Amino acid sequence: MTGNIPLEYFLILSTIMFFTGIFGFLTRRNLITMLMSIELILNSVNINFVAFNHFLYPNNLQGHFFTLIIIAVAAAEAAVAIAIIINIYRNFKSIEVDKVNQMKY
Amino acid sequence: MNAYSYTLLIPLIPLFVFLLIGLTGHKYKPSISGLIGTAGLLVVTVLSYMTAISYFWTDHIAGTAYTSLKVFEIDWLHLTEFLTINLGILLDPISVMMLVVISTVSFMVHIYSLGYMKGEKGFARFYAFLSLFSFSMLGLVLATNIFQMYIFWELVGVSSYLLIGFYYTKPSAVSASKKAFIVTRFADLGFLIGILMLSFMTNTFDFQTLVSSDSPALSHMGGATFLGLSTLTWALTLVFIGGAGKSAMFPLHIWLPDAMEGPTPVSALIHAATMVVAGVYLVARLFPLYSMVAPDALVIVAWVGGISSLFAAIIACTQYDIKRVLAYSTMSQIGYMMLALGVSGYGGHDGLGFMASNWHLFTHAMFKALLFLGAGAIIHSVHSNDMREMGNLRKYLPITHLTFLIGCLTIAGIPPLSGFFSKDEILAAALHANPALFAIEYLVAGITAFYMFRLYFNVFWGKSTHYHHTPHESPLVMTIPLMVLAFGAVFSGFLPFNELVTSDGLPFEAHINYSVAIPSVLIAAFGILVAYMMYRKESLVPEKIATSLGAFYRGAYHKFYMDELYLFVTHKIIFRYISQPVAWFDRNIVDGTMNLIGYSIEKASYMIKGFQSGRVQQYGYVFVTGAVALVIIFVFIW
Amino acid sequence: MDSNILFFLLAGTILLFSVLTVTTRRILRAAVYLLFVLVSTAGLYFMLNYNFLAAVQLTVYAGGIVVLMIFSILLTSHISEKAKLAGMKQSLLSALTVVAGAILTIILLMNHQFTASSEPAVSPDVQNIGRHLVSYGENGYALPFEVISILLLAAMIGSIIVARKESLAANVKPTDENPEK
Repeated sequence: MTGNIPLEYFLILSTIMFFTGIFGFLTRRNLITMLMSIELILNSVNINFVAFNHFLYPNNLQGHFFTLIIIAVAAAEAAVAIAIIINIYRNFKSIEVDKVNQMKY
Repeated sequence: MNAYSYTLLIPLIPLFVFLLIGLTGHKYKPSISGLIGTAGLLVVTVLSYMTAISYFWTDHIAGTAYTSLKVFEIDWLHLTEFLTINLGILLDPISVMMLVVISTVSFMVHIYSLGYMKGEKGFARFYAFLSLFSFSMLGLVLATNIFQMYIFWELVGVSSYLLIGFYYTKPSAVSASKKAFIVTRFADLGFLIGILMLSFMTNTFDFQTLVSSDSPALSHMGGATFLGLSTLTWALTLVFIGGAGKSAMFPLHIWLPDAMEGPTPVSALIHAATMVVAGVYLVARLFPLYSMVAPDALVIVAWVGGISSLFAAIIACTQYDIKRVLAYSTMSQIGYMMLALGVSGYGGHDGLGFMASNWHLFTHAMFKALLFLGAGAIIHSVHSNDMREMGNLRKYLPITHLTFLIGCLTIAGIPPLSGFFSKDEILAAALHANPALFAIEYLVAGITAFYMFRLYFNVFWGKSTHYHHTPHESPLVMTIPLMVLAFGAVFSGFLPFNELVTSDGLPFEAHINYSVAIPSVLIAAFGILVAYMMYRKESLVPEKIATSLGAFYRGAYHKFYMDELYLFVTHKIIFRYISQPVAWFDRNIVDGTMNLIGYSIEKASYMIKGFQSGRVQQYGYVFVTGAVALVIIFVFIW
Repeated sequence: MDSNILFFLLAGTILLFSVLTVTTRRILRAAVYLLFVLVSTAGLYFMLNYNFLAAVQLTVYAGGIVVLMIFSILLTSHISEKAKLAGMKQSLLSALTVVAGAILTIILLMNHQFTASSEPAVSPDVQNIGRHLVSYGENGYALPFEVISILLLAAMIGSIIVARKESLAANVKPTDENPEK
């Protein structure tokens, strides 16, 4: 069903997605959008794993399981992160990342 | 331990009292501090007399030499295999004699101060410092080695500094204390260098080893020379410079008159009887060494002593501050002692000068403390130091008058008071060795009688002065010490010093040399007579003489401009051409380097501080950029 | 040929909405764009025959995480609120780094020769997955499975504690405000 799409296309796709996520992480002020950027990064990595598994090592399912576990970790991370963000919002009345720099020095 | 173990208590009791009063003195009434201090000194005095009696008489086998006993000694610092600094107690004739002098005078001063300092602010502090001084001075005379002596030497310097500056709210007292400290410190530099040279050559600090007849110094006599004098002579001359600074010898005497800013009992104790004779004691302590290996240094000692005594005696004739007159008189008398040491030989009758010097030290301590305490009593009742504001006081202060007269007669050398005997021996010794110095001293004896009786007549006779309130005799606590010291001044001349304190420990025959004694008494009587004529009644004669002497009188009145000379040398030359460039170098180059290091680190830290901004995105940016840079470096460039 | 079109379609969607996610100023829209990205990714998985994985992606990511995010957005900000943008300098520098990083990576992977394994393929059907997931022999993933279970439990407890309104100390005290509860 994949036709003749080469592996590199998937990799290029995931690379661009990865750096888009990083860009978002570096420029967004809102903590939730930063979290979304992290989800993008994780997702791009997932694509990589799946593509490698499919194209290079079809004889086992390592990439597949890696992706599964990453999804689980992402879910856990999102839950904890959102809990923290809500706590921050309660304390600072803001979820701007610039406001949360009390722990410097 | 041995029979003299209790001598360890002699310095330690004042130390204990010092700590006690110093630490807890503010908790109870001041008079209690005074009583504690006096009681401590009483014990010390009793112990000192016990030591003296058993050392000189009961424990001594007649006809044998007095040996020096090392009663106690601990290793304190191991410098090298051979060179250790010890702390201990050494008993020999001069140290035992000094014990008696110090404890007696100090005890009298303690009693006297109970009255004199009554109601003063800092009464407890005063007694604490007095105890500290007693401790230091006793430790100094009991030192077993030259380094221990140096330690206590500095300690007496500190005590002297503290006591001169006792009225620390008075600027003149503060500057006087600083002056005393700096000048003596400067002289102590010489002392220290001398000690180092001496110990370098002989590998020992110990007095007993140094002055023994097989002293390690003897092997260096033919050693290296510098400017024609052997290294040993230089070392001993430097040691003497330390002693000259402490003993206010010309030209390091400038601090002593100013030191009179301290309370009068302090002047009596420190600047008349004990600390200022430490220089004499130092030379006497090392005397065998001086006479064995460095007779040239002794010549220097003799001349410095002679010049100082003449110089001070002339100035004393022109001063009006009674304490300053006494201060110059002290300097003059110490000059006598130094001269006596300088002209003395070693052993037997040749050691006449040595004996005379110590004898004079003893009698001088008695009569000069007496004079100072008497001056204190006068000041106490008149509230002035200036003899021009005094006169006719003999009616108001009978006891003070009588004791002061005894003191003046003693210092003038009128027989049979003690001053006569000791001064006679000094003159005899000088005549023996050096006629020029004898002539100086003979002259000084007359001047001494003159200026002392100038003081006496001015204060107790002379014009009848109107006082704001009638002067009254001092309380008993002040007059009893006067009487005790007067007793000492009268009778200490009968002590057989020629049997007790001699250069080699053996007694020798001493007799009054009439060819010296009679002229010296005559010149003293002449001095007294002149003073009587000039000052017995208010007259214009002194003025006329002063104006006829012209420049000489003015010079003497201004202490021969020594202070101005010092100021010129220090301010105009040393400060400007040495200290200022050095200070500039220190401030700008040395400190500048350090400050630059500190400053640049501080600035760098401030710059780096920004990196830790607490901004997650900044961290992320640096991280990603760094990763990219690493990829570029390691994958594409490498 | 049609699968090629499908790939480019999905890839285009993913790229477009990724960029929109990180650039839009409306935060709720960003969440929705993220949802599109995740769904398209699921489409890719479908395309590669990983059906189970695609299903998990849809349920956990699209169904769980994104909904969670939308809730938290609604809790913490107004819908009308527009997100503040980063400073010009920050954006430019970040963009520079990111573009440089992307170009470098692409250059690297284009130059790399990937060699595929020639062993017989394993079908990624649910049966195989289930067997692998709980077996502990070769190609068994029982240990990661258990570890991730514990991680999820810990994350659940942790997020409850962190997000809880009252402090723990206040909770320990007996509450007399609501005695009927």
